Amino acid sequence: MNSKAYNLFLKDFRSELRTRYAINALAMFIIVAISVILFSIGNEKINENLTAGLFWVVIFFTAMSGLSRAFVSEEERGTTLTLQLIASPTTVFSGKLIFNVILVFAMNAIIALLYGALFEDFIIKNFLLFLATFILGNIGLAVSSTIIAAIIAKAGAKGTLYPVLSFPILLPLILTCVQLTLFSFDGTSFEKSRFELAIIVSYDVIMITVSYLLFDFIWKE
Amino acid sequence: MSNYYLEVKNLTKYFGRRLIFSNLNFRLSDSGIFGISGPNGSGKSTLVKIIAGIIGANKGEVKHFLDGKEIIPEKIHNHIGFVSPYLVLYEEFSAEENLLMFAKIRGVDYDKSRVDYLFEKFLLLKRKDDLVKTYSSGMKQRLKFIFALMHSPKLIILDEPTSNLDDEGKNSVYELIREEGNKNIVVVASNEKNDLEQCTETIFLENFKQINQ
Repeated sequence: MNSKAYNLFLKDFRSELRTRYAINALAMFIIVAISVILFSIGNEKINENLTAGLFWVVIFFTAMSGLSRAFVSEEERGTTLTLQLIASPTTVFSGKLIFNVILVFAMNAIIALLYGALFEDFIIKNFLLFLATFILGNIGLAVSSTIIAAIIAKAGAKGTLYPVLSFPILLPLILTCVQLTLFSFDGTSFEKSRFELAIIVSYDVIMITVSYLLFDFIWKE
Repeated sequence: MSNYYLEVKNLTKYFGRRLIFSNLNFRLSDSGIFGISGPNGSGKSTLVKIIAGIIGANKGEVKHFLDGKEIIPEKIHNHIGFVSPYLVLYEEFSAEENLLMFAKIRGVDYDKSRVDYLFEKFLLLKRKDDLVKTYSSGMKQRLKFIFALMHSPKLIILDEPTSNLDDEGKNSVYELIREEGNKNIVVVASNEKNDLEQCTETIFLENFKQINQ
């Protein structure tokens, strides 16, 4: 199964390089969102709470603008049937998930670097905690976005439905990630952040399990 | 003689509250060409999609068997070749890139000599390195046949197989149906008289039921 999923990911990766279906939208969104935030802040000094919140707000909306493409692009091009004929539902979900995980990590690494360079208060005192939050948060974001994309792909109003459906599902993850990012700014230890870390790990495990259980049904209906 | 067979038992399908068909029962075994016909909206395409495992039924089941053992639903796609007008291949890749990718995703070896034979048979050998988006609709339809046959499937499902094809293309398809029908199960869903003339047995769908002919 793994090599099949990897080959499906490679198909999506090559397709993305040729069509620039998601990359252009994501790059433009990141640039526009961060520019708007910088212009609206002006010379004001914003506190750590706001910096951490804005960081995850940009990540959330960037994910909304790009990650749905995994399934929506197949549906729009009419290639969903082709995928159903060449791969099992598990392979399809795994391949799409690998693509979204890599996309979300690349996109959020760029956002973090831009924040580090452009925002004075984006100073991380506990880097390991930030890294753990970043990794666990990105995995949760990628898994949730992938399964939601599969659900909305066949709907008529995809653009509207995606953020509407994502918001309640991603809210616990985003809120916990904001809190942990704030802890990493404060220099809070791993020990004191254990509860929040446990929430994200649980979220990731639940979302991965539920997604694999539900995908077969979503994919065939 | 094929060692593949499939059983359809009490198959019922609704779209919302609308009944498409109910209680279909048949068995396709040995090699042969089987037709599915019926008026527009009678559920021909729906039935072949359920047989191929693309969509589910509301009631009943379709079971596929190879060498007497039931094939698990996760692996059915590797035994089926499917052609239909609503099947779309990836236009940003060339024909050969598409087929190479499909073989890798299926987890089967890419049989270059078979693929080249099929390219030759469907008159696409010289265009195999061109992007699919540069193909005409008839060429795309012919490429779908190569896609359906490249992995030597035991069950070949052809939904309106001759749509978009010129006379030369149609003759190639009929020749292929007869050739494959000698060793595998070929299911043809169509209303075209010429398509159905190739079949040894036809299931007619009307008023939500099957009428065997």
